[in-house]
Amino acid sequence: MADPAANGNTDSGGSRIGRVPAGYWLAGAFLLVVPSFASNFVMYQIFGWSFILGMISLSLMFLAGYGGMFSLAQMTVAGLAGYVVAICGTSAITDISQNWPWYINIPAALLIAAIFATIVGWLAVRTEGIYTIMITLAVASAFFYFTRQNYVLFNGFSGFNGIFPPQLFGVDWRNPIAFYYLALFWAVFWYLAVLYVSRSPMGLALQGIRDNPRRMAALGFDVTLHRVAAYTFAAFPAAIGGILLTWQSAQISPGTAGIGPVIDILVIAVIGGLRHPIGPFVGAFVYVILKSFSIDILVALGMAGERFQLLIGLGFLAIVFWSPDGLLGLWAKLRDLNRRDPLIGRLVRRL
Amino acid sequence: MKTRTLLAVLAATFLTATAHAQTLKVGALATLEGTYTALGEDGMRGLRLALSQANNMAGGREIEIIVAGTDASPDSAVRAARKVVEQDGVELLIGPLSGSEGIALRDYSKTQPHVTFINGISGAQETTFVDPSENFFRFNMDGAQWSAGLGEYIYNVKGYETIATIAEDYSFTYTQVLGLALGYCAAGGEITERIWVPLGTKDFASIIAALPDDVDALYLGLGGGDAVNFLNQYQQAGGDAQLVGGTIMVDGTVLSSKGDAKNALIGVPSSGPQADTWDDPNWQAFVKAYQDEFPPDQRFPSPSLMATGYYNATTAAVSCLNEVGGDLSDGQAAFRSCLSNLVLDAPNGEIKLDGNRQAIGTNFISEVVELEDGTLATQLVKIVPNVNQTLGIDPETFAGFGVPGRDVPECKSSY
Repeated sequence: MADPAANGNTDSGGSRIGRVPAGYWLAGAFLLVVPSFASNFVMYQIFGWSFILGMISLSLMFLAGYGGMFSLAQMTVAGLAGYVVAICGTSAITDISQNWPWYINIPAALLIAAIFATIVGWLAVRTEGIYTIMITLAVASAFFYFTRQNYVLFNGFSGFNGIFPPQLFGVDWRNPIAFYYLALFWAVFWYLAVLYVSRSPMGLALQGIRDNPRRMAALGFDVTLHRVAAYTFAAFPAAIGGILLTWQSAQISPGTAGIGPVIDILVIAVIGGLRHPIGPFVGAFVYVILKSFSIDILVALGMAGERFQLLIGLGFLAIVFWSPDGLLGLWAKLRDLNRRDPLIGRLVRRL
Repeated sequence: MKTRTLLAVLAATFLTATAHAQTLKVGALATLEGTYTALGEDGMRGLRLALSQANNMAGGREIEIIVAGTDASPDSAVRAARKVVEQDGVELLIGPLSGSEGIALRDYSKTQPHVTFINGISGAQETTFVDPSENFFRFNMDGAQWSAGLGEYIYNVKGYETIATIAEDYSFTYTQVLGLALGYCAAGGEITERIWVPLGTKDFASIIAALPDDVDALYLGLGGGDAVNFLNQYQQAGGDAQLVGGTIMVDGTVLSSKGDAKNALIGVPSSGPQADTWDDPNWQAFVKAYQDEFPPDQRFPSPSLMATGYYNATTAAVSCLNEVGGDLSDGQAAFRSCLSNLVLDAPNGEIKLDGNRQAIGTNFISEVVELEDGTLATQLVKIVPNVNQTLGIDPETFAGFGVPGRDVPECKSSY
């Protein structure tokens, strides 16, 4: 990886905690105190939704950034987990929902999502590049059309509504503050988990496989197994994201994991940057801001609000055009600007 | 990492929502993306027309409209509503447009008791019939009410003894088919088959191939882009069956579409809350106001029912705001009681609300005709006055049918 942070710290000395850069502490402290000044909308919709989309996108970033596998089925994994929670748990569709308690339906959702992702992975790892994208997109659209037309289990177009999180520890988890911390906790948890796994033997082997599968195979690594395992691992952040998404909007329908959202997850990962697990969260935040406020920007500029999709598209285009590596790449470029030797144009190490 | 701090600064800039005491913030929700975009845009025209007629003032307060777009899915409707209610702090929300959105917003409105929701034009029955919300008002009739009288008309006058239905697969069209089936089956007709197609279907080839040919007529419950796509492909496939249109099948959005496909609709009977060429002076005045307000290339020849629906919702809000003098204190109690008791002298007939805050209004049976200038419009055949939500059926019997669905209700001659 080009980014030193993704390869483990190169500087020596100090405890693990001491090596965490100051920016992380600042960002962490800021995120912890957001509820003290932010409105419910900002906590619940802007940050809550960003964390959720970030997690789902993180699972794509893990597969694409470390494994070189662009899977478009991650939103589908999230959607499936949301559906399982709706079907096994409680919803307004009492004919289908089983009313099982949370300690059964949440593990069931995670398990089923993981099995599904493993099967998708097992199918997809036999392909490379554009073919991986196509086969996973096919899975995603098949899931979308299936849920839309299946009434016995998925309740067709309307899907399920009235799905609420369990009242665990006496907390109403749909309360904006509680939901904010819940989403924040899982976002940070999966961020750290992905960072950890990326530096573990499994993660390093995966990056080796991304760079040169034949050499890794010659070294005795089982390439297929590692790739499939990556899909299985990536299912979990996506599934947690999917469950939170279902609770946030209190409903799930085929549109939740439709073709649009599936592409959105890719867009989020790409605009954020695929080099580091923070990228998807940055991308998700930008996406949510654009999605929520572009119509207001247009109206403020005296243009017709109906064209807000144009602004979203232009925003994405600008980011991808100026920085193919996403916002993280843009940041790295700016940082490197003053470290570049003006004569040879290469990076120099300042001592 | 430093990106985070940068974002923090960015975030802080929009965290504080400013509120002006004088202006009244009103949220407007419409489908501005997806298959119903053209419908949503016309809905917004209806809303703007009503506001401009009121000089953008209501009860002495200036109105500030905050528009939020949806894509007809319940998710997007709730997200958009949450944005205008919780971020922009609107006191009143007008919308949404589509059936399943309405159900989602009814549920959301229960969590926001301090805001009044006035439905735009969404027409699912459940929205006000099952578990209604105290602060959700609907000044348009639902899909079943819009079908009132059509079943009897096509059986008795047109003589169609068997029909098959092809309709989009969601709550609004279920409700429309329910209204049709109750009248049609009671009159003696038989629905042999009900075909449901996903919303946003572009390729109807497999459906057209499977259409039954031993029925007297086909009922089409499609809307927007779906309706135009179906008509195109149906004509290319050489289809020539008698057609019966659902409410949004023969709406201005379809009748003013480009191409020849729409000509298949000439002579097709349908029903809905308006008939384009109705000679009522109130209606004619409304049509003229609509035509004068917007340049011809930015509107339909005549207001669609989306425009009428949003117009009525906005007019109702404005007239009640005037009556209470813009006073929305005490949980908007005075304003809401005014809405509940309002008899709205709407362009498409008088509208009043029932105990569930659901409209009781007038329904129009019409046929599509070609006007002198070559455009298509719906011509009034029959008026069905005072249509309530249970279509005149005893409420308990009506509730016994269950929530409208793919097979609900059964086609029986008596219930």
